[in-house]
Amino acid sequence: MNSRRTFLAASAGAIAGVALAPGVRLIELASGRSPEAAASAKNRWGMLVDTTRCMDGCTACVSACATENHLISHGRPRTDAQWIRKVELRDKRSGHAFAAPVMCQHCAEPPCVDVCPTGASFKRADGVVLVDRHICIGCRYCMMACPYKARSFVHEETHDQNPDVPRGKGTVESCTFCVHRIDRGGVPACVEACAKDGGGALVFGDLNDPASEIAKRVAVEPTSAIRADLKLGTAVRYRGI
Amino acid sequence: MTRGRALRAVFVATAAVLACAGASAEGGRTPKPAVTVEKKGACIAPVEEMRRNHMLMLKHDRDRTLRQGIRKVPASLQGCIGCHASNRTGSVVAAKDDFCASCHAYAGVTLDCFECHSGKPKAAPAVQGRDDASNADLLASMLRGRGGAGEGAVKP
Ligand code: HEC
Ligand code: HEC
Ligand code: HEC
Repeated sequence: MNSRRTFLAASAGAIAGVALAPGVRLIELASGRSPEAAASAKNRWGMLVDTTRCMDGCTACVSACATENHLISHGRPRTDAQWIRKVELRDKRSGHAFAAPVMCQHCAEPPCVDVCPTGASFKRADGVVLVDRHICIGCRYCMMACPYKARSFVHEETHDQNPDVPRGKGTVESCTFCVHRIDRGGVPACVEACAKDGGGALVFGDLNDPASEIAKRVAVEPTSAIRADLKLGTAVRYRGI
Repeated sequence: MTRGRALRAVFVATAAVLACAGASAEGGRTPKPAVTVEKKGACIAPVEEMRRNHMLMLKHDRDRTLRQGIRKVPASLQGCIGCHASNRTGSVVAAKDDFCASCHAYAGVTLDCFECHSGKPKAAPAVQGRDDASNADLLASMLRGRGGAGEGAVKP
């Protein structure tokens, strides 16, 4: 029932978009949606990581994520939850080195969703891949299925959570693109921090909206996906890898 | 499942107790939960409806928020907390007599919600917007919602 209704709503949106003259857009297509509206397939949230601007030694995005989502380190790196991490790579031949943040790539065909036995891993209509922690049983199949190692299991009890970001022991979690912020018209915390304290390497927006900065940039700049060979249709695009 | 049914029986008993709570005088033989609502105004539904069905309402709107991304729903958990957090602890579950805690202790209901969810309301929507107009509207509506029937903004 539900999915049928969302499908109908989405196709109505698509028709409305087509019916308009080129260049003329309904306002709600260009900007976000209101808080009482459901996430819709009209939008496809995505992120561009411009590794040429990602600064050496800077971890503004990683710390902003930890602050926003109250990911508190217990000093045990093997089990601490990690939603975004900075990966440093060096070409042995040329010596060319670069770093880039890696987080949930919000795949169009997410393997985590395929393997989840309870339906807790799911993809929203606007492409954001999430864990419904109310029905997650903590089996961690999704963690094994994810080619990006993007998910974490919560090993320890949580305290003083951000009221917008509930999280607790015994469930799996990962980058949510800060749904609690984007649903209210904001951008993810990492993107905000990178623009303010980092090199401005992260661009977030609606890939389906040709007027958005991200859509314009991925249309002209050479970008690629990590492990593009898997054809997962990732929403995170990298420049300069 | 059987536990659920047992709880339901307890609940019916509780509801009955609560229903006559107003009438019975202090010091009656039956103990009563300390359910204090500090906020003036009305709940999201009539009190009888709330006592009986708040868990179903929460579950219904939980799925709408989480799965469909609808952020303005009547039975939002953050909404309950915004109105029902006590002035003393700023939470719905920190002390024995806080709103959600006292009644559940009385009814023998154990919730796991607050292992993940904060029992305190969010201080302010700290979101840097893509769209200033919609943020202004949202802020206004949140302040209205949080304040209940024209009361001041909620304490952090
Ligand atoms: C294992 C962690 C966990 C537990 C336990 C948990 N939740 Fe949640 N809950 C979440 C997460 C994560 C979200 C998504 C938050 C978001 O995107 O805004 C959420 C969202 C919600 C929402 C929608 C947001 C809101 O504030 O209205 C409701 C309602 C909700 N939960 C109710 C409950 C109830 C009732 C319980 C207890 C029966 C519960 N949850 C237990 C993790 C949990
Ligand atoms: C706008 C503020 C507001 C919100 C939001 C709100 N409540 Fe209430 N609630 C009240 C007020 C005020 C009362 C007392 C109403 C009365 O006595 O007529 C109340 C009464 C109740 C009662 C009955 C208490 C008794 O006397 O037995 C329950 C149960 C309850 N609320 C649960 C909830 C739950 C669960 C939620 C979230 C889904 C919630 N409320 C959201 C303001 C609110
Ligand atoms: C008037 C007393 C009362 C108040 C106040 C109250 N509850 Fe309840 N609640 C109950 C009873 C009784 C049950 C068990 C009902 C059953 O099992 O059928 C229950 C069950 C629940 C459940 C389902 C638990 C489960 O495991 O199935 C949730 C979720 C819940 N309450 C949330 C809340 C929240 C959140 C608040 C505070 C905003 C609150 N309740 C305030 C009486 C109350």
